[in-house]
Amino acid sequence: MKEIILFIALALFMVAIFLILYRVIVGPSMPDRAMGLDTIGVNLVSAMAIVSIILSTTAFLEAILILGILSFIGTIAFSKYIERGDIIERKRDR
Amino acid sequence: MNVNEIVEWIGILLILLGAIFSVISAIGLVRLPDVYTRVHAASKSSTLAVLVCLFGAFLYFWGHFEYVSVRLLLGIIFVFITSPVAGHLTLRAAYRSRVPLAEGSGDDELKPVLFGEDNATPVTAEGVMIDETESKNSKNE
Repeated sequence: MKEIILFIALALFMVAIFLILYRVIVGPSMPDRAMGLDTIGVNLVSAMAIVSIILSTTAFLEAILILGILSFIGTIAFSKYIERGDIIERKRDR
Repeated sequence: MNVNEIVEWIGILLILLGAIFSVISAIGLVRLPDVYTRVHAASKSSTLAVLVCLFGAFLYFWGHFEYVSVRLLLGIIFVFITSPVAGHLTLRAAYRSRVPLAEGSGDDELKPVLFGEDNATPVTAEGVMIDETESKNSKNE
């Protein structure tokens, strides 16, 4: 019974990721795509928690932290690039 | 049914609730008309879904293995701090790169403050100004 509920939850997360993938591919502007990729990363974090429960191991919990950090940094880089056309600013004192 | 099993069941039901929240957030992401409303759906309800799901996993590990996972708590705190920040930065980049509002939005009071009165003209769907050269010519005259 528990396994069935966990698999249903995993399938619901996959459905959500596919719906967001539609927005990433179709999305009319670039911030749509950046936001969709960030949401896919955040959903993958919780899917990974469910997988670590199903396999009854605690080895994936570090991967949860690392995936969260990478998704956040990627979103920051995307939004800075969309806003200024530049990720690392070289002009200082201005 | 002892205490550990009850804690496990609470964790599993929280995970199912988080999955349902996530699907609702994805439906909002597909159906809403505008990048601003879409970021609203993505940053609020998706964050809540992930928080509930990770807390359910924490409760399950606590009840089943007697294992208090500090890394899951750190993940919860990290997602709780960074996901609204990421949504805010995406929205700021969208507004600064002149993504247009949806049809039927209200007045936009920030646009003349940011881009000046002359440039407060409607933009096309790609975010390109329609009559940028005309407004510059009129300013020169």
